[in-house]
Amino acid sequence: MATRKTSEPFWWLLFAAGGMVAALLVPVHLLVHGLAVPLGWTSISHARMLALAGHPLVKLYLFALIALPLYHWAHRFRFILEDLGLRGLRTPIAILCYGAAVLGTVATLWVLWQI
Amino acid sequence: MTEETMTLEVTRYRPGHDREPRTQSFTVPYRTDWVVLDALNHIKDRIDGTLSYRWSCRMGVCGSCGMMVNGVPKLTCAAFLRDYRPGPIRVEPLANFPVIRDLVIALDDFMEKLRRVKPWIIRAVEKPVSDGEYLQTPAQLDAYKQFSMCINCMLCYAACPVYGLEPAFLGPAAIALAYRYNLDSRDEGYRLREPVLSEAVGVWECTFVGECSVVCPKGVDPAAAIQRSKLAGATDWLLSMIMPWAGRR
Repeated sequence: MATRKTSEPFWWLLFAAGGMVAALLVPVHLLVHGLAVPLGWTSISHARMLALAGHPLVKLYLFALIALPLYHWAHRFRFILEDLGLRGLRTPIAILCYGAAVLGTVATLWVLWQI
Repeated sequence: MTEETMTLEVTRYRPGHDREPRTQSFTVPYRTDWVVLDALNHIKDRIDGTLSYRWSCRMGVCGSCGMMVNGVPKLTCAAFLRDYRPGPIRVEPLANFPVIRDLVIALDDFMEKLRRVKPWIIRAVEKPVSDGEYLQTPAQLDAYKQFSMCINCMLCYAACPVYGLEPAFLGPAAIALAYRYNLDSRDEGYRLREPVLSEAVGVWECTFVGECSVVCPKGVDPAAAIQRSKLAGATDWLLSMIMPWAGRR
């Protein structure tokens, strides 16, 4: 049987990296920015947060934090659709899922660029 | 006192005679120490000698009595009637495989896949017998021992929805065994197994369902073998991208 070239390792690496980010970093931000600040457990002014987000290293961090989990979602959601039996539509599903993640990545870059 | 009984709803199928599989009910005596295989043997010995199914060791070692029991892949020698009280118990051939007759499935596809991953120790150069054994530390043994417990019962294939949808998928047990030999300190066959594992229908076909590890009667974790093989394959791929000139391991 001829070995078929596959791009799976590429998408899987993004999926794996996104999974790490989603599991380890996202909960921290949910706690800080989703609970602690809105509920007044701690106070960080908008100006300070904005200044922080303007730092190049923080931008890089935010980029990884936002973009990588998009690929985690795309890979997982693609597999869910395939497992539901939509295997005849494998290519369009892959394009839609990863395309959405790429769009999200571009949007993230654009927003970070504006800060 | 009337004897306690239990009903088994058994799939019957004779290709050439039956257009499609049908279900036949049998009433068997209920005994607390009986397993589903004992009930099938009772049916074959006392009720209907034409019932066909595979079995051999009746002690969870040979891996030949796997069937769907109430829709779940089980070794019938380890599925106690008492756990299915009051019944009835549905006994069907392993899912995802072609049926030869009644509860007997065709093994050919799995056997071919097993052969393709070369599940044996491969050496670049065999050392002569006079040089003695290939020694291994307890830690080196522990690295692969879990995966060596596989008895080729194919319950994991019956549980795997991906295999059900894509018959070309290499599948849990074959990948777990490939991984078992890749982990073995005496083995040098990684490069020979890698092309089979890294195919689109190799490890990458797996969608992390994880049922293979749930149904394994021997405590093997094929899902882990598949995900770790993905990591190894992805690392190989990344290295070949960054350093295309470098020799691969």
